Amino acid sequence: MAGGRKKRLRFSKIYTFTCGKQSLQEEHSQIGGPGYSRIAFVNDPNCFEANNLNYPWNYVSTTKYTVATFIPKSLFEQFRRVANIYFLITGCLSFTPLAPYTPVSAILPLIIVIGATMVKEAIEDWRRFQQDVEVNNRKIKVRRDDGSFDYTEWKNLRVGDIVKVEKDNFFPADLILLSSSYEDGICYVETMNLDGETNLKLKQSLEVSSSLQDDASFENFKALVKCEDPNANLYTFVGSMDYEEQQYPLSPQQLLLRDSKLRNTEYVFGAVVFTGHDTKVMQNATNPPSKRSKVERKMDKIIYLLLCLLVLISTIGSIFFGIATKKDLKDGRTRRWYLRPDDTDIYYNPKKAAIAAILHTLTAMMLYGYFIPISLYVSIEICKILQSMFINQDLNMYYEEADKPAHARTSNLNEELGQVDTILSDKTGTLTCNSMEFIKCSIAGTAYGRGVTEVEKAMARRKGSPLPQVPENGETEGDNADTKSPVKGFNFRDERVVDGRWVNETHSDVIQKFFRLLAVCHTAIPEVDEESGKITYEAESPDEAAFVIAARELGFEFYQRTQTSISVHELDPLSHMKVARTYKLLNILEFNSTRKRMSVVVRNEEGKLLLLSKGADSVMFERLAKNGRTFEEETREHVKEYADAGLRTLILAYREIGEEEYAKFEKEFSEAKNSVSADRDDKIDEVADTIERDLILLGATAVEDKLQNGVPECIDKLAQAGIKIWVLTGDKMETAINIGFACSLLREGMKQILITLDSPEIKALEKEDNKGTIAKASKASILRQITEGKALVTSSSTDAFALIIDGKSLTFALEDDVKDIFLDLAVGCASLICCRSSPKQKALVTRLVKTGTGKTTLAIGDGANDVGMLQEADIGIGISGFEGMQAVMSSDIAIAQFRFLERLLLVHGHWCYRRLSSMICYFFYKNITFGFTLFLFEAYASFSGQPAYNDWFMSFYNVFFTSLPAIALGVFDQDVSARYCLKFPMLYQEGVQNVLFRWRRIIGWMLNGIWNAVTIFFFCACAFQHQAFRKGGEVVGSEIFGATMYTCVVWVVNCQMALSITYFTLIQHIVIWGSIAVWYLFLLAYGAITPTLSTTAFKVFVEGLAPAPSYWILTLVVVLVTIVPYFTYSAIQMRFFPMFHNMIQWLRYEGQCEDPEFCQMVRQRSLRVTTVGYTARREARTSKVNHTTQNGFHAK
Amino acid sequence: MNTGDGGGAASAASTSGANGSADAAAPRRNSKRPKYSRFTQQELPACKPILTPQWVISAFAVVSIVFVPIGVASLLASRDVVEIVDRYESVCVPANMTNDKVAYIQNPNISKTCTRTLTVRLLGSLVPKHMNQPIYVYYQLDNFYQNHRRYVKSRNDGQLRSKDKANDTSGCDPEDKSGNAPIVPCGLIAWSLFNDTYQFTINRASLNVNKKGISWKSDREHKFGKNVLPKNFQSGPLKGGATLDPNISLSEQEDLIVWMRTAALPTFRKLWGKIEVDLEANQTITVTIENNYNTYSFSGKKKLVLSTASWLGGKNDFLGVAYLTVGGLCFFLAMAFTVIYLVKPRKLGDPSYLSWNRNPGGH
Repeated sequence: MAGGRKKRLRFSKIYTFTCGKQSLQEEHSQIGGPGYSRIAFVNDPNCFEANNLNYPWNYVSTTKYTVATFIPKSLFEQFRRVANIYFLITGCLSFTPLAPYTPVSAILPLIIVIGATMVKEAIEDWRRFQQDVEVNNRKIKVRRDDGSFDYTEWKNLRVGDIVKVEKDNFFPADLILLSSSYEDGICYVETMNLDGETNLKLKQSLEVSSSLQDDASFENFKALVKCEDPNANLYTFVGSMDYEEQQYPLSPQQLLLRDSKLRNTEYVFGAVVFTGHDTKVMQNATNPPSKRSKVERKMDKIIYLLLCLLVLISTIGSIFFGIATKKDLKDGRTRRWYLRPDDTDIYYNPKKAAIAAILHTLTAMMLYGYFIPISLYVSIEICKILQSMFINQDLNMYYEEADKPAHARTSNLNEELGQVDTILSDKTGTLTCNSMEFIKCSIAGTAYGRGVTEVEKAMARRKGSPLPQVPENGETEGDNADTKSPVKGFNFRDERVVDGRWVNETHSDVIQKFFRLLAVCHTAIPEVDEESGKITYEAESPDEAAFVIAARELGFEFYQRTQTSISVHELDPLSHMKVARTYKLLNILEFNSTRKRMSVVVRNEEGKLLLLSKGADSVMFERLAKNGRTFEEETREHVKEYADAGLRTLILAYREIGEEEYAKFEKEFSEAKNSVSADRDDKIDEVADTIERDLILLGATAVEDKLQNGVPECIDKLAQAGIKIWVLTGDKMETAINIGFACSLLREGMKQILITLDSPEIKALEKEDNKGTIAKASKASILRQITEGKALVTSSSTDAFALIIDGKSLTFALEDDVKDIFLDLAVGCASLICCRSSPKQKALVTRLVKTGTGKTTLAIGDGANDVGMLQEADIGIGISGFEGMQAVMSSDIAIAQFRFLERLLLVHGHWCYRRLSSMICYFFYKNITFGFTLFLFEAYASFSGQPAYNDWFMSFYNVFFTSLPAIALGVFDQDVSARYCLKFPMLYQEGVQNVLFRWRRIIGWMLNGIWNAVTIFFFCACAFQHQAFRKGGEVVGSEIFGATMYTCVVWVVNCQMALSITYFTLIQHIVIWGSIAVWYLFLLAYGAITPTLSTTAFKVFVEGLAPAPSYWILTLVVVLVTIVPYFTYSAIQMRFFPMFHNMIQWLRYEGQCEDPEFCQMVRQRSLRVTTVGYTARREARTSKVNHTTQNGFHAK
Repeated sequence: MNTGDGGGAASAASTSGANGSADAAAPRRNSKRPKYSRFTQQELPACKPILTPQWVISAFAVVSIVFVPIGVASLLASRDVVEIVDRYESVCVPANMTNDKVAYIQNPNISKTCTRTLTVRLLGSLVPKHMNQPIYVYYQLDNFYQNHRRYVKSRNDGQLRSKDKANDTSGCDPEDKSGNAPIVPCGLIAWSLFNDTYQFTINRASLNVNKKGISWKSDREHKFGKNVLPKNFQSGPLKGGATLDPNISLSEQEDLIVWMRTAALPTFRKLWGKIEVDLEANQTITVTIENNYNTYSFSGKKKLVLSTASWLGGKNDFLGVAYLTVGGLCFFLAMAFTVIYLVKPRKLGDPSYLSWNRNPGGH
């Protein structure tokens, strides 16, 4: 039984980890004081004192509102928008006599608008609530009063409860680990949801409680836990446990955090200390920063502009009004006597004309409020929601294997997707799959492994030659893709080695040792499937799993791990039989980032002591014994080759240890392990260092970090679209550069600028260990390197540059006084790779680009270490891959694969940007058209504030007669189809350079609106002067005039819409022509109801307008006059000054898109000038070299 | 014109889709795979017109072909209308009062009667013209802001409509009450009712003017009550305009109804009556005007207008001219575009058209 076997393991003996390391006493003395006041009555949550504590239940709510707070809170949110406050004020003012229209018509649209947004909020919150319900109702085993462990919902947990968490389950709350299925009370925890690290972490319970291993043993268990108050720090915990009259200190080592997962351990018992929102992970949950798109921010500016315009024309009107009013009463003589200026109120008092004018300003501001469309915000919301739906529904962004469609988590940023200038990408899990495949190895100076890496494929494609490594069996790329290795993590094919044939190789003894090392030197745990007997492994990292799997596939099957031994089925070279061998495990010298190696000390069946070691080439070669360097030259050569091919390499070596030497080591090692001083880790490293010497080289392994599907192609497309792609990775420089080549971020002929602190002088300084001088010298060195790089970049205008910088240098480069120069340099380079960067640095670089260049940045990543970057960037894209959900949860849009970014940006981004910016422009246009007719009418009504139209005409203008076409434009419009978006990536630059939403265009639309308003008003005023307007001799009254002008406005703005779009589906036809029809229907219906309600609109259409031919004729001529200028302009622009999308439309129209050569020509033109030289391109074109990709592999 | 391309692009896009298994994959149970529909994949069949030379030229041509005839017809209709306009507010003031016209009009003791002679001929010329009945009689006021907000608001529709609401004078301030008694009809509009009167004689024979049917039918029937009688009207200290017969219901006071349909612009005509006989060319009509209405305070003009009406209404050349202008302009544009397209054919794919190639921004 697996469980039973594991139970016997006591890893604490062999691991060097800081099990139960004593916390510092001064911290513990604070327990009970302020900040450390929490008390938990373990296993006695119902006792009197516990009931007094009032700790929350384990119910977690992530909703923004509750039923009670929804109305006030969401209303408050709504009125944080300046525009809404403006509308509220005008709404309130409309109840005063100042209002030019009835209060209802002013307040109703506001209510609808706010109501709609609140409904949207409510729905979103409901979804969050449902998620909470799911989490809160997960089941967990908790100890009942009768001593049994029974399932209950998470939400019912209370502080002090004892829970039993089983393998692969999440911890429901923050727990104090009491015991586990292992005797020494350790357990493995996966904290991916917290910090994104995939490796497992070890936790260990206090020794006193570790024996409570079954349900019954908690019968008499009572303890009191005192600890710190809830806080957000994941890595600290101070507390103590009073148990059997003794006090034991608690440290983070005993704390199991909510949302982490129990791994490799059958079960654990834990006592709940923090519940619900007190848990560390919930304390850490910050509301994601609310992001607004550039288009929206610019829209705000337009609104301010319009507000100014509004104030301006209101003031002008009021001045004229004041003058006219003042003149009405002079020396007791009334001028306009019919207004009774002698007997009047404050709003029209010639004696106090100034006050009347000031009050009139308010009236005017309400009247011209149409300049600031109330419905714009709602329309934008609707559009964005529908756009997000299209993103979510896109089949081309659906990932079949993981069953994951794209998911726009926020709809705020759709149009921002069309303006991305720089992409900051994580590497592992984003560009690569984060699945390691053992693909090659070098043993005894001979290279094995015929697998072909992505990089080699790319290289081969570039060179157009057969693959250099496998000329004999004539493998092609296609075959290679098809014959995918059946074993995950293993892609090693070499007929010399597999199936036990390695025994015939010259150095078969070395090979045997090599594989044995792979099978023994690790910390993985085997899992035997009961039925098939197949063994799987659980390892801390995918690299390690790949090694064990490789060893298994090559005949060294590691099948059992006990407390002190590792058992392996080995192929015996003499008998050709599988024999079981057991190695006595004595010590594990763990891997860490400074050591860059791990070793085990084992005693084999012959009783020999062996040190088996694997590590990075930089540390391993210097540790070889003189006689262990037989194959050093060849191995170094191979390692270099592997690294070139983008592989991760490790050097394998071993040595035999004498008994005496081991005894000495063992003594020192356990001393170091048991020491409690602060430099304990250093001591352990020091001791380990003494034994990891004089190694004998066996060979090297190469593991491929597989690129995701389609990554190079996607990057190529994005680069063609003029998007800069920066890679920020935690990996080492070599790997990063390799991946850079693999996904064609680094290109042939690109000059690399390396910024690093690996120079000899810095190293010399480091040896002296003077921190001050090191920092100073480092900074000087970085500054020098940056300025040199900058000089290089500026001196040459044709070359493309790549900047590669490591994390240490980045620390200095991001300092305040250097960062601007650094940014200058970085922007000048075509691509940038930051290696060895920490999550914080990622976020800092993102911020630097975002604020420094003012351009739109997009961050893409998959792990929790990318969260900072995702939140910092203008748009955060999460890869919803196999890793945790942390990145996805903090992202704005989640996609399953990096390659979907291409479609997301080039198609959806472009469309959304285009749609939204066009819609906003149109919205302002149509409201200016409408508002300005009001103003012109005012000029003819002595600016008295009388609207030209019926109240309800005005209120419904933005609701029924003009909004749907605008929304249809914002949701459905396409300048070119998705296929052409992808075929001509350069089209994307329209968004990056913001050509569709620059001031020129916005002002142009506004002027068009003013022109339309002027035409409409004066044509109506001239045609319907004072004479009869129809056969019956009736003259035009204000109601006829208003309705006529309104008809013209509705026609004009809708026809303008029809003219400005080039994409008509049935929907467009319905909404555009339907809006006009709705106007007439409304006029009919509204005119038919009682005059009490319809007032001036009563029967105005049936009786007055419809029978008058002059009304229809006037409408026709006004529509034509207003749109002819625009039509002429766009005809000229389309033909003689086409924008890029116009050009593609021409191509499509003239059928030249099917001509590959012609398309190539257009595409060539659409390449960015900086990346590829103009002349180089022309040469390429004339020589007709068929590059499918402009990016190539740069052979070093 | 280009319908169908959408479909082509659609199929191409969906088959080139990265997963490539759009057809093969049988929908899994509980799969999150989005369902295919042309709507959600944004592949609806669409018409994608672009402004090709043919389209531009033919659009302009069509417009000019349609507009010129309409313009001619409108112009002819307007020319057919015979209109006699007589401005009388200055000439009706006695010579000794021209310095203070306001005093003249406000003095109830001075006789306001004034006689004018009109000749039936084309306006502004000496060409005699026959006028067919019905001939509409208008008065035209100038510089009179019936569209002033204070003025427009100063009425109570409920009171006009129903007898029960006679006491409801809200909104009518300051012409709401006379003493304590409510005024019906209240408000500034009614108070300032036009009160000039005209009497027409031809050859000493009085010409009958029909004062019925000069207002909108909907107003008479729905907005002004049949049983609402004027009350306390013009009884205040300051008399505005005309008085109303307190025994005739509002729905029959057509002058009031016409007046209360406020004009949109400060220069307006109101229908005063209809002459239902033809007037011969060169006939002389004598008009006896009671010049009561005060336009002198605000220096407004007063005109008496006799006009026939065509299918387009009264005399106004604007529509005809506008149509002819637009038609002509479009014809010119059609020609101009033809010439431009012929002379300067566009070179396809000329990169110099691309704005960001001209000035590569940002880098």
